[in-house]
Amino acid sequence: MNLWQGIEPSQLISLSILLPFVGALLVIATGKSPNLREAVTLITAIVLFTVVLAIYDYISQGGEIGLELIELFPGLSISFEVEPLGVLFALVASFLWIVTSVYAIGYMRGHNELNQTRFFCCFALAISSVMAICFSGNLLTLFIFYEVLTLSTYPLVTHAGNDAAKKGGRIYLGILLSTSIAFLLFAVMATYSLTGTLDFRAGGIFDDSHNKIVLSVLLVLFCYGIGKAAIMPFHRWLPAAMVAPTPVSALLHAVAVVKAGVFSILKVMIYIFGLDELKDLATTDIMLYIGVATILLSSCIAMTKDNLKARLAYSTVSQLSYIVVGALLASSIASAGAALHIATHAVGKITLFFCAGAIMVASHKKNISEMVGLGRQMPITMAAFAIGAISIIGLPPMAGTWSKWYLTIGALEADKLIVVAALMISSLLNIAYLLPIPVKAFFNTTTGEAEPWSWSETREAPLPMLIALSVTSLCCLVLFFYPQPLIDLVNMIPGVSTQGEG
Amino acid sequence: MLEQHLAALPILLPLIAAPIALILGRSSFSWAFATLISACACLFAWQLLDLALANGVISYEVGGWPPPWGIELRVDAANAFVLLAVSALSTLVLLYSKDSIEKEIEASKHTLYYTAHLLCFAGLSGILLTGDAFNLFVFLEISSLATYTMVSLASDRRSLIAAFRYLVMGTIGATFILIGVGLLYMSTGTLNMLDLANRIDIAESGRTINTGLAFIMVGVSIKLALFPLHMWLPSAYTYAPSAVTAFLASTATKVAVYVMIRFIFTVFGVDHVFGSMGMDLILMALAIVAIFKCSYKATVQSDVKTVLAYSSVAQIGYMILGISLVSATGLMAGLIHIFNHALMKGALFMAVGAVFYRVGSVDITAFRGLGKQMPLTMAAFTIAGLSIIGVPLTVGFVSKWYLVTAALEQNQWIVAALVLGGSLLAVIYIGRILEAAYFQERPDSQNTTEIKEVPWLMLAPMWALVLANIYFGVDTSLTTEAASSAAEWLFQNNEMPLGNQAEAK
Repeated sequence: MNLWQGIEPSQLISLSILLPFVGALLVIATGKSPNLREAVTLITAIVLFTVVLAIYDYISQGGEIGLELIELFPGLSISFEVEPLGVLFALVASFLWIVTSVYAIGYMRGHNELNQTRFFCCFALAISSVMAICFSGNLLTLFIFYEVLTLSTYPLVTHAGNDAAKKGGRIYLGILLSTSIAFLLFAVMATYSLTGTLDFRAGGIFDDSHNKIVLSVLLVLFCYGIGKAAIMPFHRWLPAAMVAPTPVSALLHAVAVVKAGVFSILKVMIYIFGLDELKDLATTDIMLYIGVATILLSSCIAMTKDNLKARLAYSTVSQLSYIVVGALLASSIASAGAALHIATHAVGKITLFFCAGAIMVASHKKNISEMVGLGRQMPITMAAFAIGAISIIGLPPMAGTWSKWYLTIGALEADKLIVVAALMISSLLNIAYLLPIPVKAFFNTTTGEAEPWSWSETREAPLPMLIALSVTSLCCLVLFFYPQPLIDLVNMIPGVSTQGEG
Repeated sequence: MLEQHLAALPILLPLIAAPIALILGRSSFSWAFATLISACACLFAWQLLDLALANGVISYEVGGWPPPWGIELRVDAANAFVLLAVSALSTLVLLYSKDSIEKEIEASKHTLYYTAHLLCFAGLSGILLTGDAFNLFVFLEISSLATYTMVSLASDRRSLIAAFRYLVMGTIGATFILIGVGLLYMSTGTLNMLDLANRIDIAESGRTINTGLAFIMVGVSIKLALFPLHMWLPSAYTYAPSAVTAFLASTATKVAVYVMIRFIFTVFGVDHVFGSMGMDLILMALAIVAIFKCSYKATVQSDVKTVLAYSSVAQIGYMILGISLVSATGLMAGLIHIFNHALMKGALFMAVGAVFYRVGSVDITAFRGLGKQMPLTMAAFTIAGLSIIGVPLTVGFVSKWYLVTAALEQNQWIVAALVLGGSLLAVIYIGRILEAAYFQERPDSQNTTEIKEVPWLMLAPMWALVLANIYFGVDTSLTTEAASSAAEWLFQNNEMPLGNQAEAK
């Protein structure tokens, strides 16, 4: 990107972290005038995206960017280093932040929410910590900003301030904070005391000299310590967090927070354990099957939920485990699929959440059973919902196809037929719990007979929301036909390739 | 002239100033005077730490009598580090107390408070700096007597009972220490700590020496409120005036921890106390029980000051745990936590005092809705609370990091896990209060318009501590350097090979 050419590459990292932070401060400063405040949010988001694009440009030309900030402990510092997986996640998060900002403006105003300044401020802070997670150069940095992300999203989850929000917030903070302190911090420190370093290195920092049993225990600690990845039985926070306003659910609980979790898992598997080492650990298979169980069980739970956001939440739990499973399959192609799934699931799921919010604002409906025939009133929204649903299921011509494709090939290559079967069954379950919603909305009428329809019947959500959900649903399409930049990026991750082992 | 007597100044200055503060009579005069003296002492402490880090040990002969006959003041990295924390806290608490004690201490007793505070501070500095075992007892008594006075100054009459309990327990502790020191004197004929250390080596493991060790350890454990000898602490902290609690919680028990370190490492020697007497196991077990029992107790209390008091006992458990790991890293973790815990508990108790100043109660129900009415105070409470939990970028994280590292170095995996488990309980007891402050509505019966932010003179020291919590959580170079050189220095004279110990286990 020419825009940032004059700037030292390493400063791009600090820029990407500082920008949303400064944005948050500006949001507070301009809190009195909503239009100005929203303009600040939008401009910050757009500028941030161009910065991330500039980093992407630099990285794809083979450049390396690193930045050491402060030495926190002797020999251990808060440092940042750009690598392809992080760029992928940063691109997704920063792009979707723009879209979500547009959407949030429509939603928050349409819904007459209180404390909007606090909302936009915490939102920007959360994005700032996500950027720091993306570019973190060692486990310590990752851990620190992982915690910052948890804390900065807490006010967003409890935004409504009523009893349900409080209860949800308590579960959210309780699970995320306690797993990260009890398991993740312990695992990080144990790693440090075993290897003397926490840097992310291609091929991992563990080698054969380390005790396999200890490493197996560490693997379990990492998997459960990163509670944001929502592996059962520590998944309860995600449905609980759905009390948040829909833009929060959309960006944070379909993209930023949960993806920060699986991103961390991928990073740990690829850069700390190393895929080769991972294959030899006893607990890899155990965690793999727990992941598989999570996929299937949460899909089943999703089917029982009538509240649309709750159903989407359980669907997210299930889809996150795709990525965990992809990482734990420990084959290069499955990891590629997992990395791709970060992007493809993000666009798909955010579309669905946007639609859920649009329905809530326009028709005040939360439950799926009330949405029969809604396609007449909200054709654009329901069409976007259908596109998102198909992408999540993984059918062409939507983006979700690619990641599922590579995941399945990875499972086949690793000779884990159970995983292949689980992926297939899960796709069927996805069809069962997602597709009926748009189908009933469009094809069922209240009288059971064909009725004439005209545009004048429509009562869509406010325009900003429509724009946002159209953009993300278009993304689902575009990423199917033009996934090459993402695939190139994934192929740049050391040890990960869409070409398979051969 | 000033440089020459630098080591004695942090003791002498407040000691001389204390009666003057009483003579000054007017509350505001003695406040300004006491604060000024404390700030000067803080500057001297800073210089001492600088000197100690650069030159190693500074020895000062009181009255020109050479040790071991005269009293010797010995400044090294360890005590200069703790002294800096104590004097800084003393200054901040004094700044804070001007407004705070107005609501909690009768006006006629204000000068008494400042006098007692200065005396207590002089005693604490004396304990830290002295190199003489009996002199240490004397300063311990000076500070303790001043403390009993300060606790009993509160206008709440329950503070009298609390102070009396504290007096009884504290006196037993002091007597035990005196008996221990007496026994040591009996068998070695000296009171200078270094001299003691040399002679104890000769009189290897005599029964008298070991009895002395036992008496001293129990006595110090009462003073530092090590579980199960902590019973005096919760009631004393709860009923004392808030400013007093803030000062005591962040300094008095810490100094007692330092005394324990000094006796174990300098006087008796690590290999004797931990090697042949096996005290590390006892301390470790007690520390772990303290962490869990008292953290749990903190989760079920309704008075917020009691919550924080129990939390203090638990945090002292972390310090003792660091010592009981018998390694330079463990000792360093303990020392760092002394400093860091002073920062967090000071800020927390100040915030609670601010709530008392406006609401008149520190029950958890009194905190309802304060997030809106006293945003700065509650923000300070939140950050300091996160620090207690051990969230990254706060000092609590730094302490926890070193403690767990030390445990892992010794292959004590379970201990490391327990340390982290303990912080989960902290999530609960801090979380309860925050939830009340931010998510519960103020009951209508109370007049809500009167409750507003406290005067800036209370906010400023509180926020100074909160910012220190963040600053030292990010830039750890000062604390780490001071604590690690202190720990190394303490270990230096001991023969136990530390590097090999981990493998030996």
